[in-house]
Formats: sequence, C-alpha cells, structure tokens
Amino acid sequence: MTYLRPKFRHPELEKNKLGYTINYYEGALSTLCAGCGHDSISAAVVQACYEMNIEPHRVAKLSGIGCSSKTPTYFLSNSHGFNSVHGRMPSVATGANLANKELIYFGMSGDGDSASIGMGQFVHAVRRNLRMIYIVMNNGCYGLTKGQDSATADKGSISKAGSNNRFEAIDMAALALELGADFVAQSFSGDKTQLIPLIKAAINHKGFAFINVISPCVTFNNNVGSTKSYDYVRQHVDATATIDYVPPAAEIRTSYNEGSSKRVTMHDGSYIQLHKLENSWDPQSRQSAMNAIHEARNRNEILTGLLYLNSQTEDLHHTLNTVSQPLNTLNETDLCPSAEALNSINNSFR
Amino acid sequence: MEPTDINNPEYFHKVVDCQYACPSHTPVPEYIRLIAQGKYTEAYMVNWDSNVFPGVLGRTCDRPCEPACRRGRVEEEPVAICRLKRVAADHKSEVKNLMPQAPFTPNGKKVALVGGGPASLTVARDLAPQGYEIHLYDEQSKGGGFMRSQIPAFRLPEEVLDEEVGYILNLGIHSHFNHYVDSLKELINKGYDAVFVGSGAPKGKDLANLPGRKEGASNIHIGINWLASVAFEHTKSIGKRVIVLGGGNTAMDCCRTARRLGGEQVKVVVRSPYADMKASPWEKEDAIHEDIPIIDNHVPVSFVIEQGKLCGMTFEKVKAVYDDKGNRKLVPTGEAPAFIEADDVIIAIGQENSFPWIERDLGLEFNDRGMPVVNEVTFASTHSKVFFGGDAAFGPKNIITSVAQGHQAAISIHLKCTNRDMVKDRPSPFVNLVSQKMGIHEWSYDNDIWTDHRYVVPQADKSLTLKSIKKEVELGFDEQVAFKEAQRCLNCDVQTVFDKDKCIECDACVDICPTSCITFTPNNDDESILRGLLKVPANNTDQSLYVSGQLPTTKVMIKDENVCLHCGLCAERCPTSAWDMKQFFYSVTKAHQF
Repeated sequence: MTYLRPKFRHPELEKNKLGYTINYYEGALSTLCAGCGHDSISAAVVQACYEMNIEPHRVAKLSGIGCSSKTPTYFLSNSHGFNSVHGRMPSVATGANLANKELIYFGMSGDGDSASIGMGQFVHAVRRNLRMIYIVMNNGCYGLTKGQDSATADKGSISKAGSNNRFEAIDMAALALELGADFVAQSFSGDKTQLIPLIKAAINHKGFAFINVISPCVTFNNNVGSTKSYDYVRQHVDATATIDYVPPAAEIRTSYNEGSSKRVTMHDGSYIQLHKLENSWDPQSRQSAMNAIHEARNRNEILTGLLYLNSQTEDLHHTLNTVSQPLNTLNETDLCPSAEALNSINNSFR
Repeated sequence: MEPTDINNPEYFHKVVDCQYACPSHTPVPEYIRLIAQGKYTEAYMVNWDSNVFPGVLGRTCDRPCEPACRRGRVEEEPVAICRLKRVAADHKSEVKNLMPQAPFTPNGKKVALVGGGPASLTVARDLAPQGYEIHLYDEQSKGGGFMRSQIPAFRLPEEVLDEEVGYILNLGIHSHFNHYVDSLKELINKGYDAVFVGSGAPKGKDLANLPGRKEGASNIHIGINWLASVAFEHTKSIGKRVIVLGGGNTAMDCCRTARRLGGEQVKVVVRSPYADMKASPWEKEDAIHEDIPIIDNHVPVSFVIEQGKLCGMTFEKVKAVYDDKGNRKLVPTGEAPAFIEADDVIIAIGQENSFPWIERDLGLEFNDRGMPVVNEVTFASTHSKVFFGGDAAFGPKNIITSVAQGHQAAISIHLKCTNRDMVKDRPSPFVNLVSQKMGIHEWSYDNDIWTDHRYVVPQADKSLTLKSIKKEVELGFDEQVAFKEAQRCLNCDVQTVFDKDKCIECDACVDICPTSCITFTPNNDDESILRGLLKVPANNTDQSLYVSGQLPTTKVMIKDENVCLHCGLCAERCPTSAWDMKQFFYSVTKAHQF
C-alpha cells in the first residue's frame, strides 16, 4: 500500500536559476480523488514557480474550505500557508497583503468557496484590486459533500444522480471583468500548456489576477450530460489565443505570423505573446473581452486563455497610498513619532 | 513513432533490466520477491529451472545483472542480486522432490557429453527428463569442470558444488569420470545420436619466450593448472614470496589461494592500469583485503634465476595512453626496470581453447583461429551430430553464459533427434502478464519504495579464513538482512501497462510520477526529437520509450522506461484504470518443457 511518494527523483532533473530542482517546489502527496483536476492545477503552480525562479519562502498560500482549498498542502511545502474559514480567504489575504506587500499571494478557492458562501468577500477583493493570484478551481459541484450542484453549474447540466440544474450559472470570469479586475483569464486543468504561462503572467501582474480554471470533478461531475466533464470541456473549449509568457530580457525563440499575433507588454518589460488570435478580440479592451465571453456562451463554447489584461493597473497599496516599506517591518519609532515631530506639525499650521 | 507493440514479449522483457542482461534470463525480481516472503525453496526452484546452479552462482557469478539493475540508476548501488540468490540456496528446505524424478521413460536416443562442466551438465539436466540416454565424459574424478578445478573452495565450498552437480547426475546420467576423450571420431562411432562438446577452454596461456622461463620452470606455474592441482589436493604449499601475473578473476583466485598455502608476501602484477583490469571489482577488493598489493602498469621482462633457482622477476614500467578512438597503448615510462623478489610465480594471463582430440577430417569445420564453426543460435557445428556450448563454443566467458548456451544446445539436440527444424521450430518463451491490483491502494506486490543503501555481505575474520583453503570467506546474508536487501528490488517485472482507450488525459499520472517518466505530447516520427520533448529528456538511449496510440486530443502518451520505479502511483492515480500494474513473467523454454 502506498500513501507516500518514493523519495527518488529523476537523476537528471534540471536546476533553475536558484539552484533548485522542481521537487523543491512540491508539496505533500494529494489526498484528492485520483484524476482530480485540482491536482493538475497544483502541478501547474509548481511548474510555474519553478520556472519563474521564485524563492518558496516568498510565497504565501491562502485558502478557505473545500477540495480546492485543500490543495495548498499539495504544492510549495516550503512556503507560508493559511487555511482559513469557508469563503473568508479574501479577508485573510487582504490582511496579510496589507501587513506584508512583498510576498506573492496565492489564493486557492473553489466555486463553492468563491461563488456561494464567499461571494461577498470575492467581489470586494476584486474591486479593491488586492495584489494576489486568485485561482478558482471550478468544477460546478460541491465535491466535498458528494456533488450537489454549485452556483457555477450551467443551467441544464445533468448531475451524476441524473437531476437537471434549473438555475442560472454565475460566470466568474465575466463577474471579475464587470467588477474591474485588470487580469482575467480562464483555463482548463487538462491543458497545462495554456495554464502554466497564465499563472506565470498572473504572478507578475501588479494587481488582482484572476484565473477561473475549469477543473472536472472526476468523482461527481464527470458524467455524460455534465458541462464540466473532461469530455465536454475538451469538445467545447475555444481558446482566445495560444499564449507564451516571456520573462524580461529573455530571448525570443519562436517567430509568429504578423496579423494573427499580438504582444502585451507588462510593467517590468516581460510580455505575453499571443498567437492564433481569436477574431475581433483585443486582450487590452474590457469591452472586447466582455463581448468575446458572451459570444462564446451563445455558441455553447467555453472561452479560455487570457481574456483581459490592463498592465497599467494600480493595486490597493497604491490606492491607499501606503508607505513603500512593508507595514510589518515598521517599528515603534516609525509608528510613534516623538513629541518634537508633533510640535513641528502643529507649528506648521500656526 | 509507431505505438509500442507490447504483445511482443521482448518489449517488457527488456524493461526487466536484470533478467534481460542475464544470459540465462533468470526471472530475478520473481525470486527476490519470494526471498522477501521467506519462500526460499520456491526462490531456489525459480533459479534452478533457469540457471541450474543457484548455490554455485550465488557465490561465483560474474553478475551481468547487477550493472544493469535499475536501482543503480536511481540510487548508487544495484541490488545485491547475486548474493540474494545464495540466500535462497542457503535457507531452502528439501528441493529434490520438486525436481524431475528419474527414472524416465527412455525415448531410445543416446547423447554423449564431452566435459563435465556447467554447459554439459545443463544439457544433461534438460534432456534427461525427455528420456534420452546420456553419457557424460570427464577426465577428472568428479563432475563440475572448471567450477571445481578453478574456483577455490574458500569461495565455493565443495559440498555446495557436490550437491548441485549431484541433482543432475541423479537424473540417471551415465557418468564416465577419469575418462579423457581423445578421439571425437571414436565417440561418434559409438552410435550416439548427438555429441555435445562442453570441454571448456582448458589451456592456460604461458610466457614461454620470456628469459629464464625454462630454468625456473619448477617454480613457475600456469594459473588454471595450479588451481586444479590445489583443488584435487596434489599441491599443498607454495613459497613465501609469490608473484601472480595477470589481472583477471583467475589471477585473483590464484593470489588468494597462494595466501592460504603459505604465501606471505603475495603480489599481483598486471600490465594494464588498475581500472582496466578484467577482474570483477569485488574480487579485486577481496584480494586487497587479504593484504595482497596489486601492482599495475608493470610488463614482465624476465624471470631472474640465481644459482639455478628462481629468485624474482624484472618488469618494465609503462603507462597507458589512449588514442581518439579509446584504443589503449602501453608506453614505457623510461624508468629503470623494477625487480620483484619471488620464490614462485603463477602465470594467470588468460586461457585458450584446445581441441587436439577432434580429428580434422570429420567434416567439422574450424575457423582460422582454430575454433570450431558454431551457429550462434543453435550451437550446432558443421557436423550434423556435433554441438558445442560453454567456453568450448566461443571461447572463455563464465558459468552463467555456459548454462545459457547449454539450454540452447539441448533444445537443438532435442529438435534434431525428433526430426524438427532447429531454427523454425525453436520454442518461444513462456510469458504471462497478470494484473496485480487488489484495491485502490493495494497491490499484490510491495510497492513501498524507500531509500536504502546496499547491504554488505559479512565475511569471516581474516585470521580464520587465511588459515584454511576450505574455510568459506563470505558468510552470506542472514534472513533479516536478506529481507532488507530484497526490499531494495524495484520489481521491474511488474509492468506499467497503458490502455489508451480508457485514458481521459487528466494528467494525474504525469503529476504523480516521482521520476517524471510520463509525458503526453504530440507525436513525432523522429525518435531523437521525441526523446527531447519529454518532461525530462530521455537521454539514456539504451532504454525504450513506451509510446501509445493517438489519444482524442491527438497527443500520445510516452513513457521513458529508464528510471521508472514501478511504484504503481500512476495506476493508483488513474481514475479510469488506463494504467495497470501487471506482473510480467518470462521464462526461456527449456528442452524438457516442450
């Protein structure tokens, strides 16, 4: 019987710029169901952090409750983590981020955690533009409580038990766009070639980066008639473009045809190269992204890829005009100026 | 690439590196599992069926399996396969009743075997149950051939050899010991339906042209003859200072034997650098452990004689120089020749075949190197009734190779005697592939793989072993250590079998595989490009790629077999059982099995 993973790794694993092999970014052995899409997303986070040369101690993983919220245990064991209350991850993330803005915050959430119990929290994190990577592992059901329809289950989708969902679905990506998110992407757990560059770009985004990932529940929502099964998603997926994330000052290895290709430059000179572009869609126009989502929905398709990016975003710290130094490093002298300082302020009003 | 044809038994056979590397293709993981379960008798019989001399080989095998062992690629050292075999032999209970029981119903055919070594004995064992009347001829007084005359008793106790030779001779073999066959023609004329020549490579190489060779003759010995003389107790002592010339395993046996017969300052002197010596590393270590220095890069120049008696040898010092193609040349360093004192010199620089007893007008062809022309598959000579095997066929190798060749020669003899074609009618191997799944996390093999370094076989203390030629040096693993060592086996015969029709491409296997073996990628016709596309590039081209047919997304599954731990996590993580762990059993069919 194996509930533990052998310690042996491939002897020829490459090291990244920090000198770490990818296993340094792994987590504990997952206890999710065999074939769960969430495990693929965890693996994509591991791969992205490894390739971005991120020091694990500079990452904080935050989550609420649900299958999705268990995943932080399964990646980046050497990072910080906080498994919070159901639906309350955004509040915890806000607090953590305000205290120390220098960490990379991964919020791992699910459709129940974000679209039902945590909806009120989610929308405010978006509108405040809290700098974090917010990933919704969206499987359209409550997997941890045996597969009831969630708020993101499509109307008409058939559950494993055979019932037909009669309620309208909440479209998380459209909602995030509407609320003003400056990085909105949608992807599929079964397509790492798309998901990994999206996560890398999200890590580099200077504000709230939202990725809605369709992640089939292999146990309760992978049946015929479900609109979030592996088969259905593969048949109905429509990518806006294939994407490459190119870090600053990296060599361009692939050439793309003019006309079907577009480059979106990020704040630090890195850029996202999009090719095989969807017609009439502009990743830098919120209006165009909204239209593309609605058009895809009318075609019964799931639009994936980068939907919208505003690289000139201004995050919560900018809006609040906080000091450049992380708040948790401010000491008593910084926070309680002396009586002379008060006097000099008072004097300035005289 | 085309999808891998897993219906061809050779594909999965190659994945079982140890078994594939073994000339006899012994099902190694199968018997190691049996040892871990304490089923020593069963483990012994798996060995006996395949390699005939488990007790002997468990002490003396050249172990081609161990450098091939996958554990050596994921950790540092391979599993101690050879010494685990000995554990089975040491701890087994009654095995005789599990072997074929003589007398057998005669089939009216007669076969003669020349030489009583491993090749001939294998042929005897394989053919006897079919009812052949078998006559075994050997010039020595007991069976075993070079296993008896060349391997000293401190490495291979006589009882072990007697026992395993006995199992075969008790199958109703007519043995003719102390009988040197001096004419093949006469033997054939005795009415045998087939003659098998397993007479080994009995001639030790000499340094006949070196100055002083004749004068010092009484203190200069040919290694294999000297070892035989010791084994049959004709030689019981040697001088205090001994030089052993040569760098192979025979040289190691000579020097260690000399230590036990009175040699106090025994030195091995070899032409090549230490690293290039032919002796197995562990044999070199054992010699050094017995205070025998190995002096390398010394080429013999002359035997030095004083007052009509050997007093030492001079050597030229050389160094090895390698050209671009890796060819070695020994170049003199220009230093003054070295003199090493010695009372006796043992020459162990190789051995050769010798067939003075085979008439050249029988229609049995010899090549220009004086070797018989032998078919590499059937081991038939150009004479319709004569077959070769062991060292006699293609020159000196080792016991396990002789056994493997004996099996094949026996098959040919059986086919020939039953009027079948020796090539077309050769039997295919016996194979089986059975799922090991017992539950979601349960397999019928132990897939719990831990980091655990190779265990060292304990040895008896030097103060005891050097006193007697018969005191066995290695003590063998006890049961507890044997269990731990057996648990290091990765069960490479439990195959990862992929069913593309069940796969939903969820990537669960890719994510969980500890050694990054599995990749889903678009296919490519060029294998070298495909190898580069994998999650970790498959640079070990000796190892196969397992390629599936095309999946719904047009990708294919590719598994690099190189460092797969056979831990079964891919199968545990697969939601649709597209992966399964199936035990692959492969056994070369023997002459008594068809």
